[in-house]
Parts: sequence; structure tokens; C-alpha cells
Amino acid sequence: MAEFWRWTESRWTAPDKDWKKAKIITAGVDVGSVSSQAVVMVDGELYCYSNMRTGSDSPNSATNAMNWALEGTGLSLDKIQYTVGTGYGRVNVPFAQRAITEIACHGRGANFIYGPTVRTVLDMGGQDCKAIHIDEKGKVTNFLMNDKCAAGTGRGMEVFADLLGVSINEVGELSLKVEEEPPPVSSTCVVFAKSEASGLLREGWPKEKVIAAYTSAMAHRVVTLLERIGVEPDFAITGGIAKNVGVVTRLEKELHIKALIPKYDTQIAGAVGAALFARALVEKGK
Amino acid sequence: MIANFGYKDGSGEYFLSIDTDKCNGCRDCVTACPAQVFEIRDEDPNDPFREIPVAAIKDSERKKIKYACGPCKPVSKRPSLPCVVACKQGAIAHSW
Repeated sequence: MAEFWRWTESRWTAPDKDWKKAKIITAGVDVGSVSSQAVVMVDGELYCYSNMRTGSDSPNSATNAMNWALEGTGLSLDKIQYTVGTGYGRVNVPFAQRAITEIACHGRGANFIYGPTVRTVLDMGGQDCKAIHIDEKGKVTNFLMNDKCAAGTGRGMEVFADLLGVSINEVGELSLKVEEEPPPVSSTCVVFAKSEASGLLREGWPKEKVIAAYTSAMAHRVVTLLERIGVEPDFAITGGIAKNVGVVTRLEKELHIKALIPKYDTQIAGAVGAALFARALVEKGK
Repeated sequence: MIANFGYKDGSGEYFLSIDTDKCNGCRDCVTACPAQVFEIRDEDPNDPFREIPVAAIKDSERKKIKYACGPCKPVSKRPSLPCVVACKQGAIAHSW
């Protein structure tokens, strides 16, 4: 039976960098509720990373993510000077020297991935949603997180992908294939939205219309959260849902602002920020 | 940094914010709160370079803040909130 909720895992090594020439090698590991990332930076530049499903065992998730990131590079854990753990499972990174919240790390990470003009970061993660304001250095000036419910999170979207039998990698594009935007599903709760969607399918709604209705409701829910602290340009999105073009398009439309285009995988923002903090801590002699 | 602690669910939005730039870790909020939702952290997990302690909402209270703060927020004739009054720096605010 196909697993429609399973998104593509990935790893990457910078083709033009040699860790042996680096002065400071640091790592960041983001153990999230749904996905885990390990990022290695050499002298503040991205060297390699991995992005994979967390699974049920946090300490192993951190180690597995790190091993996969290092695969084929010749670099080993003992040569990494400082590791910072972040995310939901940040206290379960056995080889980390310090744990820093994903709020601080996403702020720094977004500053690296999108540049110093970013002021508002929206992180839509596996099981939570965060709105973060940062300054030009990536330091957090305001934040708000909702981790009480699945609406507006990856987990919610996974439920719908599974319900419709559409791969999670394709639900975004599919939601845009409607000629006219349908009314959003009326429930903000994913559990009830799922029941509502089953009803719509029985009424004969095509899949793209159902997913468009859910995506529209999800985008609206996220917008009300963001508006509590305001959206100041430039605006950027991190996390897995940033890869869902259906959500991003609808968010941009409701907020009347275009999100910046990322240079790297949006799911690594937390781990990137953690690796950057690690470097700063090494330089400060901690 | 404005740290917003709380949540949004089907019944509404409930956030207690602490302005960490104004907070000096004096503990007055910890003493004033009858529901004991506040704590002082020697290290701010959201700001690793902060040098002084900071007030925060306990993780165990964060997701039920609506109920924890309930007794201080009667429907009518609501007096000033003890935490807001206690904080001389004016760092605390409630969204509801």
C-alpha cells in the first residue's frame, strides 16, 4: 500500500568545499516532531546536510541524520568542534554541547538562507506553526508559536494527502488545478476537516477541489496567527510546508506580499541556525 | 524580544507576552502569580547570548494558560492582573 504522506528525504554535499581546509567546523541538528536535519558548516558556509523522517526514537534520529549528512565526505563526528541541538527533541542529541530553541535557530537560519533583508519568518513545521520577527542579523525580536493543534501544520497536510491518495509531494500543485477557488472547509480542526472532506468526495467533488478547500482553510488559519505579530517585509517561509506551492500562493494572496525564494531546502533552516550559533559559541570561547 | 507564550485553538487565542528587553529577572512576577505560571531561567533558551536571567512561562503551563489565568480574569469587574501590576518594568501583557 503506497504511503502518500511520505515526502522525499534528501542529503547534499557542497561540491566546491573541502573540510580539511576549514578553521572552524560546526554542526547543527534539528530533531523535529516529524523530520530531522543535520547541517555541517565550515567557517560559516554550508558544507553538507541531510533531511529525513524523525521516527520514534529521538537520540537515534539525531545520530542517523548526522551519519547520513556526513556520508561520503570523509569527515567524522570527532572533527566537528561544536554541535548545537535544536527542535522538539533538542535535549536528545547525545553528541551536542548545547541546546537552543528552534525559534532562535529558525531566526538565524532564515537570515542565512534568505539574506539580511528578512524581517518576518513563518515556519510551518510538522506539528507546530511559528511566526518570528528578526533583525538584520537574524536575532529574534518577537515570536509566537502555536503547537496546540495540527491545523496549519505538516501533519494536517499529511492526513489529507493520505485521505485523497495523493503523494504529499504533489498536493500543492494539485490544489492549484482548480478553475475557481472553492469555499474553504469550514472546520479549523483537522479531525473534523477530514470528515468534511470525506463528505465532499462522496458528493462528487474532484480531488483537486477538496485539497484546494483544505489548503485555503489552512492558509487562512496561519494568516490570523501571523497577523497577531504583524508581517513586515521581507517575508520568508521555512519548514516543510514552504515546499507546498498551494499553501504559499494562497498565503501570499491573503497577505498581499510575496515570499522570498529560498536558495536552499527550507527544512534545514533550524539546523543551519544551530550550526551558526555553534560557530559563534566557538568564537566566543565557550 | 517579545516572547509570546500560549496557544490558539478552536475557542480563541490566548497569549501571555514577556518583553525580555524590559525583564531583569527580578522574580516579582513569580511571587505575584497565584497560579504559579511564571519561572525564572538563568539562561534564555531563545537568546543564548543573554547575560542575565529572564522570566518565562513554565512549559507545563504554556498550553493551558487560558485555564491557569482563568481565576484572575472574571467576566465582570475584573481587577488589574497581579502579574502586570507586580512587574515594575512593564514587561508583561496579556492578549485576552
